Amino acid sequence: MQLRANNLTCSRGGREVFAGLNFSLQDGEALVVTGRNGAGKSSLLRAIAGLVHLAAGKLEFDGGEPGITIAEQTHYVGHQDAVKPSLTVGENLQFWARYLGGADVPIDPALEAVDLAPLINLPAAYLSAGQRRRLSIARVVAVPRPLWLLDEPTSALDVPSQNRLAELMRSHLTGGGMIVAAAHGPIGLERARELQIGPL
Amino acid sequence: MNAFVALLLRDIRLSVRVGGGALMGALFFLIVVTMMPFALGPDLNLLARIGPAILWLGALLATLLALDRLFAADHDDGSLDLLMMGGTPLELAVAAKAIAHWLTTALPLVVVSPVLGLMLNVELRAIGMVALTLLAGTPALTFIGLIGAALSVALRRGGLLLAVLVLPLTVPVLIFGVAAANAAIVGPAPFGPPFTILCALSLASLVLGPFAAAAALRFGLE
Amino acid sequence: MAAIYLANPSRFLTLVNRVLPWLAAITIALFAIGLVRTLHAPDDYQQGATVKIMFIHVPAAWLSMMGWGVMSVAALGTLVWRHPLADVAGKAAAPVGAAFTFICLVTGSLWGRPTWGTYWVWDARLTSVLVMFLLYLGVLALYWTAEDPGRGSRAAAVLTLVGAVNIPIIKFSVDWWNTLHQPASILRMGGNAIDPSILWPLLIMAAAFTLLFFTLHLGAMRNEILRRRVRSMRIMQAQEARA
Repeated sequence: MQLRANNLTCSRGGREVFAGLNFSLQDGEALVVTGRNGAGKSSLLRAIAGLVHLAAGKLEFDGGEPGITIAEQTHYVGHQDAVKPSLTVGENLQFWARYLGGADVPIDPALEAVDLAPLINLPAAYLSAGQRRRLSIARVVAVPRPLWLLDEPTSALDVPSQNRLAELMRSHLTGGGMIVAAAHGPIGLERARELQIGPL
Repeated sequence: MNAFVALLLRDIRLSVRVGGGALMGALFFLIVVTMMPFALGPDLNLLARIGPAILWLGALLATLLALDRLFAADHDDGSLDLLMMGGTPLELAVAAKAIAHWLTTALPLVVVSPVLGLMLNVELRAIGMVALTLLAGTPALTFIGLIGAALSVALRRGGLLLAVLVLPLTVPVLIFGVAAANAAIVGPAPFGPPFTILCALSLASLVLGPFAAAAALRFGLE
Repeated sequence: MAAIYLANPSRFLTLVNRVLPWLAAITIALFAIGLVRTLHAPDDYQQGATVKIMFIHVPAAWLSMMGWGVMSVAALGTLVWRHPLADVAGKAAAPVGAAFTFICLVTGSLWGRPTWGTYWVWDARLTSVLVMFLLYLGVLALYWTAEDPGRGSRAAAVLTLVGAVNIPIIKFSVDWWNTLHQPASILRMGGNAIDPSILWPLLIMAAAFTLLFFTLHLGAMRNEILRRRVRSMRIMQAQEARA
């Protein structure tokens, strides 16, 4: 599989956010996007996810499932957690597993992986920010998709959780997946390539 | 269980658990209908004559105001992004949300309308017919309102904008709904034709609404 | 004083557990006596036996107003005196008061049906009660839809006090509105001057209803305290899992 980006240009609110970005990513590879606040890291991830229109440029995804969009083969973990406070931890994850996975997917392994299994019946309103983040990450574990787009994934996570996340990312890459992550600092992927988005 | 059903059930569950659920819409309906006689006077004959109109206007306002949060809540916590990235077409996802909304907001209105009809001195035999017109017409209100809800989220505006956008679109539904209800009470105009048109409007909006709403959401992507 | 002594929820729960069975027993006894006296009371010369709905309708009306009074005292306790159990008292009183208001409306409607020919005529008294019912529902909405019980209680307390000021104004304006449109002959629901054979059953039923209110109210307060304990335990559970 290969993700190819050619001359990506994006503007939001009339302001050009980034222009002429090129990169390619093979399976098993990770790309870390760095840059100052407001440089356009989040916009790049959202553009790959199909949530932001590109003013110019092309994205191609070879080797994935034919006939479906890039977005349908991608997981996007943004700044927001998409966790509903009035549902329990289990209900939240079960919903996303069914909606994104298209069938009944078991959620216990995913909850184990982020160490939220004992809280499965707790209403999500009682979770801390870090626990909500972990619930959000459990989504990408529960439903297998080749490309992960992670926007500052370690924010709100304590050190043990960051290590767990790094472990999950490593096994995803080993299994042939791809990761594009936006970060300010190291996130635990030693052999990731870096793409710096400079201010325009 | 497929994605459409999962989304439908989730939205029903959320509606029931958060913010008073079904009852808030019915309560608003009750309050609006109660307000009318204070403005019009307690003349029972007058109330009986315009009762169906009052019920329809109350149902329209109650449905509209509840639509405000339909997409806004998902947009605010990032769920809307993910809903657009599932394998399900956005049109179907939007339709699932609309059906859940109708079941939890509009259907209670239909159930409560006979009691309100009694308070407005509508004839007993006509109360059932008025409820039937509401049952047939509220899907149209929901699915047309869906478009406004999608537009107001796409434009990042709320509240009154939704009402301004949607109310003109619901004029046909209101006209035929009240006409059918009145025909049931007063005669001589037959009940059939306006009721059939009302059903047709609902069926048409079941298709047009989701397509327009999905387009509005996509248009709202930057 | 007693209020300060009872500010501790555990002590309050112990007291309620001891008192509640007695209160319930006296309530049932009063209802039994009241219903027997009601059956023996004379029929009205115009309305026949339907006038006996009055023995439920009138106490329910008194209690709907008393309920708002209890809520107002609780509201002052929450906002002004900061008594720890005040918001529990308010939240527990609201559904009970609303239920009595609803009973008043329904019995009023049923009583009016043979008299007026319809189930509802927007007469001044019933309409005021209807508006009060809507206010009750509003307060209930605030208590039950707030995510944070503390904030919801304070908001509900504000609305309760605003309502307490507003209810006499509403009653006055509804009376005035009704006189604008009052047709000449509407049978008065109160009926004639109160005869002792009617007064005693009425008072007994009123006492029974009042005790029923407090029985339900204390029971509801107990439930709310227990509910808050469950919530605290859940929060602790989430915090422990973090460690």
